[in-house]
Amino acid sequence: MAGLTGPVVEEQVRFTLVELCRVCGADEHELTAWVAEGVLEPEGESASSWRFSGASLRRAQRAVSLSRDLEINASGIALALDLLDEIEALRSRLSRLGGL
Amino acid sequence: MEFKDYYQTLGVERSATQDDIKRAYRKLARKYHPDVSKDPEAERRFKEVGEAYAVLKEPDKRAAYDRMGANWKAGQDFQPPPGWDAGFEFSGGEEQGADFSDFFETLFGQRARQGGQRERRWSAQGQDRHAKVMIDLADAYRGARRSIALQVPVVDGQGRVSTQERTLEINIPKGIREGQHLRLAGQGATGRGDGPPGDLYLEVAFAPDARFRVEARDVFVELPLAPWEAALGAKVALPTPDGSVELSIPPESQAGRQLRLRGKGIPGDPPGDLYAVLSIVLPPARTDAAKDAYRSMAQALPFDPRARFKE
Repeated sequence: MAGLTGPVVEEQVRFTLVELCRVCGADEHELTAWVAEGVLEPEGESASSWRFSGASLRRAQRAVSLSRDLEINASGIALALDLLDEIEALRSRLSRLGGL
Repeated sequence: MEFKDYYQTLGVERSATQDDIKRAYRKLARKYHPDVSKDPEAERRFKEVGEAYAVLKEPDKRAAYDRMGANWKAGQDFQPPPGWDAGFEFSGGEEQGADFSDFFETLFGQRARQGGQRERRWSAQGQDRHAKVMIDLADAYRGARRSIALQVPVVDGQGRVSTQERTLEINIPKGIREGQHLRLAGQGATGRGDGPPGDLYLEVAFAPDARFRVEARDVFVELPLAPWEAALGAKVALPTPDGSVELSIPPESQAGRQLRLRGKGIPGDPPGDLYAVLSIVLPPARTDAAKDAYRSMAQALPFDPRARFKE
């Protein structure tokens, strides 16, 4: 039996607004607010022509769970995700400095 | 079934106000949120805290829970007393999809679900589903076939939910990295009416391997050397996720030096690099022969490892 095959989202997939809403469980209103705060940076001029990179999936999922679980608003989400990115970068520098 | 002490979970008194409960929940939720915390227990704690709050935040559920009495201890074997919920009407329904304990499901689960049935369009695409798949780093080098078991919720005619196991054979493409997702079209939840099924998104994680550290496409491996190998140069076998390779150590290599094997990281366009991080291990000086060898080295080599301390 041949196994199932699918694209690597981060490299081969781009999402429309509707598709990204579907996959991360947000509504269009929320996603639009996050775009306005710079949490997600789609290509395209208007919401109907937006194309989100595959890497937006993980960022949008985090935004959804933080806003649901902790009731954080759009500007708070933007701050939290930026800080989490920074912590991740620092952690990986730290593990590099610690030998391995 | 184990009794759950929801007040203890949130760290509040039974007499706490709704505001106290909310504050305690918010604080713990921030602390244990799986996107924020690196604590391995975080996800479990976060679920427990969420379950406790789901009950205590709603005055009617809290009242019904309180009526069970204050004498139950967390973990004690528990059966709900008959009629414990008489006279209560739970609104519920928001907790759908949350993975709560049997205790919660027995007391608040099914009722919440019956009340929470949403009106849906008759034909609709099935929901997307998300799961994780754990692979070896070697699978990312070569590609692999992996079989994964998914727990799929099934709703029967009475609206009761149970889970069924579904096994899928997945092709892991060469060059995949940790945290990336595979999209399997049509492998999500079945649609309603004429609606097509949703998609399945699989998040890839690497099984821990003490030999390798991965950073994006680059792979780091610590390579221990004997002092003479580092000093004189040597050819040594270096383990890589794709099998062993022979590596030339240049003479006078110091510990901490990184030797790069271009293109030997995770495959891709461009591929990552593999770094051998050198460390030097001293042979033990337990025997007389070993001690003599160190002594003759001390005499033969005019060497001050602390030269830089001297101004």
